[in-house]
Amino acid sequence: MVALVLRQIRRILLTVVVGGLLGATLVRLGPGFGVDERELDTRLSADSIQAIRAQRAKDNNIGLFYVRYLAGFVHGDFGFSRSLNRPVAELLKERLPLTLESLGLGVIGGVSVGLALALLTVWWRAAGADFVPSLLSGLCLAMPAAVIALLFLWMGPWIGAATRWAIAVVVFPHVYRYAKNQLIATSQAPHVLAAQAKGLSPARVLWAHVFTPAAPQLAALAGISVSLAFGASIPIEVICGSPGVGQLAWRAAMDRDLPLLVTITVFVALMTLVVNSLADIALAAWKPAEEQAAA
Amino acid sequence: MSFQQKIALAVLAVIAAAALGAGWITPHSYAEQSREFISAPPSKDFWLGTDDLGRDRLARLLYGTRVSLLLAPAAALLSTVIAALIGGAAGYLGGRAERMVTTGIDLFLSLPWLFLLLAVRALLPLNTSPVMSVTITFLLLGCLGWAAPARIIRAGTMTLVNSDFLVQARAGGVSRGRLFWRHLLPNLRPIFLAQFWISIPLFILSEANLGLLGLGVSEPLPSWGALLRDLENYSAVLQNPWMLAPAVLLVAVVGCVQLLLGTEQSAGDRAVC
Repeated sequence: MVALVLRQIRRILLTVVVGGLLGATLVRLGPGFGVDERELDTRLSADSIQAIRAQRAKDNNIGLFYVRYLAGFVHGDFGFSRSLNRPVAELLKERLPLTLESLGLGVIGGVSVGLALALLTVWWRAAGADFVPSLLSGLCLAMPAAVIALLFLWMGPWIGAATRWAIAVVVFPHVYRYAKNQLIATSQAPHVLAAQAKGLSPARVLWAHVFTPAAPQLAALAGISVSLAFGASIPIEVICGSPGVGQLAWRAAMDRDLPLLVTITVFVALMTLVVNSLADIALAAWKPAEEQAAA
Repeated sequence: MSFQQKIALAVLAVIAAAALGAGWITPHSYAEQSREFISAPPSKDFWLGTDDLGRDRLARLLYGTRVSLLLAPAAALLSTVIAALIGGAAGYLGGRAERMVTTGIDLFLSLPWLFLLLAVRALLPLNTSPVMSVTITFLLLGCLGWAAPARIIRAGTMTLVNSDFLVQARAGGVSRGRLFWRHLLPNLRPIFLAQFWISIPLFILSEANLGLLGLGVSEPLPSWGALLRDLENYSAVLQNPWMLAPAVLLVAVVGCVQLLLGTEQSAGDRAVC
């Protein structure tokens, strides 16, 4: 367990370093880097322009630039947004709660519906029992997140918070398909047949002998769902007009505000990684000791 | 092949044929503007009506389908080749190289796909020509979509490298080159093909998302993503339900491809947004 936690911490640190370096490279190679519009001010003397250039020269040293970028990132200084003229940390602090709320509720909704339908499908083993859920999940998988957001936006007056609903619909088909496959595989195990032969009720077999043994694998879905939901948050927040981090990323892309966009990307990657790591650690803690030893 | 899969194949064939034969189906070009038919309803001349610039919606839909159906497989091919080179080399070489590549893949996968796509797309000029924008969009999709298939190809290669028949071939003195070309590569082909097919709907959906966000293919060239932007006008869609045609076609194509792939190996198993 300790080794696993250390491995996850190493992974997160590596992501900070590599993601930070990649981010700094993108910012540095991006158009507009090193250009200062103050130089166009005709009131400035040659000496003043020279002073501005000297002040900027320290950014041109790529090694120093990387070190300063990473140090700033670690200390919570995520740079300055050119387009919004505000510190990136301030923008993130302002918009993150709304995104996290939509994501949290959307993921909980999507996972709950997906799991419930998967359980129903496995419990009700009649031919064609999974027709409607499979059709629904197939339909949701075939639609871009932006179109799903549009559908919920249209329904907005009746259902409220379109962002949460749209995220739930993006997450649900992935959860349903994975959970259904896992539960079907577990339901065909010999111990389930033995429990059925002993005359246990179908509900008890499903809960105690199918769902509980498959639960650790299903818990891994949390990490995947968060990653999916973050990705979907951009088109969904843009279409629904929700002022969250996804919409901020889109505005940064449209305004070509690379420092802001790259910082958001690295920040979201870190959050996804932390959730994935927590899911992995929870999975390891959940597994029986003998299974871990066998692994 | 099941009955459902045969139907899916037939639907895809009809759509592909209609896209390729767009010039025969409609006499109008996707960019031709008829100023006297602005936002016209469906008629004999314009089967799906016209948009707010007087352009034939059907022509734009068919040419947009052609763009998506030709370029998504091209991007899928590019990403599969990159994945095969990186994942295959890692699995074949093993040891430190494999561990380094796996770490790289994990890091790449932890970056949310659409955020990464936006970041790189924003780095490139936004005011490019339509042809250049279509090339950039699908090249980016191809270049950034390699990580998930590379992981699967690496695992497949490692399983094959340690399989009995390859161990036997190595013990029999078969050279590394022959081992790779005659024994490893032909057995990896099904994995490459599966990854190629799985990537197609993923890229179609990603292009649609980018297009709807205004970061995809530039006007006047049509693509599904760009055509879906019309749906943002809710009242217009209510009055002109035929405006839903691009969304219906997109869902039909992606759904049919997923049916062909089977439920076990659908694009849904990879992060599609």
